[in-house]
Amino acid sequence: MLEALTLLLGLQLIGEVLVRLLGLPLPGPVLGMALLFVLLAGLGRVPEALERLTNTLLQHLSLLFVPAGVGVIVYLPLVAEQWLPIGAALIGSTLLTVAVTGWVMSKLAGRSDTDTDER
Amino acid sequence: MSGDLQQIWVYLAASPLLGLTVTLLAYLVGFRIYRRLKLFPLANPVLLAVLLLVGLLSLTGTEYRTYFEGAQFVHFMLGPATVALAVPLYRQFGLVRRSATALSVALIAGSLTASASAVIIGWLLGGSRETLLSLAPKSVTTPVAMGVAEKIGGLPSLTAVLVILTGIIGAAGGSWVLDRVRVRDWRARGLAVGVAAHGIGTARALQVNEVAGAFASLAMGLNALATAILLPLLARLVLG
Repeated sequence: MLEALTLLLGLQLIGEVLVRLLGLPLPGPVLGMALLFVLLAGLGRVPEALERLTNTLLQHLSLLFVPAGVGVIVYLPLVAEQWLPIGAALIGSTLLTVAVTGWVMSKLAGRSDTDTDER
Repeated sequence: MSGDLQQIWVYLAASPLLGLTVTLLAYLVGFRIYRRLKLFPLANPVLLAVLLLVGLLSLTGTEYRTYFEGAQFVHFMLGPATVALAVPLYRQFGLVRRSATALSVALIAGSLTASASAVIIGWLLGGSRETLLSLAPKSVTTPVAMGVAEKIGGLPSLTAVLVILTGIIGAAGGSWVLDRVRVRDWRARGLAVGVAAHGIGTARALQVNEVAGAFASLAMGLNALATAILLPLLARLVLG
């Protein structure tokens, strides 16, 4: 458990350092995710301790967004002042994006799967 | 007696213990309701917890800064949790690789829709220039969104709030939209919420289905990359 946590923090740290050194347009943890993926691919399996820690962390991933979400309180006046453009843009655009992405993926992925079967 | 209570409040208000504990409590209440309603999307636990906490802070007149001193310990775990998303991604990588072409096209289509439609809707309804530029990167994970907003002339701290609201909307409304457009493939459902609603959408996808969770994790990471590269270029083209 402790080893697994150290591994995650270490990879995040390496991610943060590389992003700054190389001026990459990515957050450190996302690069850390890529690094962990490469490690796992090299290893060929997920170590049990990492598996357990990951399950615990990801089961309640949504908890981790709560503190930032409460930050809405600071911007309530600004959001209230432009509630119509902000509200409509957020709801309309987010739901449209879900629809477009899901639809394109389901059309194309279905087809490429049949292609694989035909070969 | 009331003097004692006063002293206890002074202690608690200054200690990170209270902010941390109420965050966990509010989330537990939210999660219990969410589970009681069989993961009904509108009962999103982030939304419920945020509503409870905003109510609590307003009632007690507590400043967000004071609250965050405790809550930051939870916030901090976002980093290692993001790294951990590599695990479901690794487990489902066979599926991901087989749909790589479809995935790339859907990702770019979704990424462009996310920025363009937000700016267009906001512009039609009279949003200020600053608001529109803060809205543009709303679908990507907070640190990237803030960086992009700053680069194109938006308000990074406003963007951070819009990003969270977007995540809640995508997690709460995503399943409904996907049912309406008849997308039943878990790969597509995961990818869609990951592109549109970053980590909060991914959290919801992981709770519902592991394949969807893996595609959402990947979508979140790749959309961060795509938006960070494409949006500043597009903004320069459009704004001249």
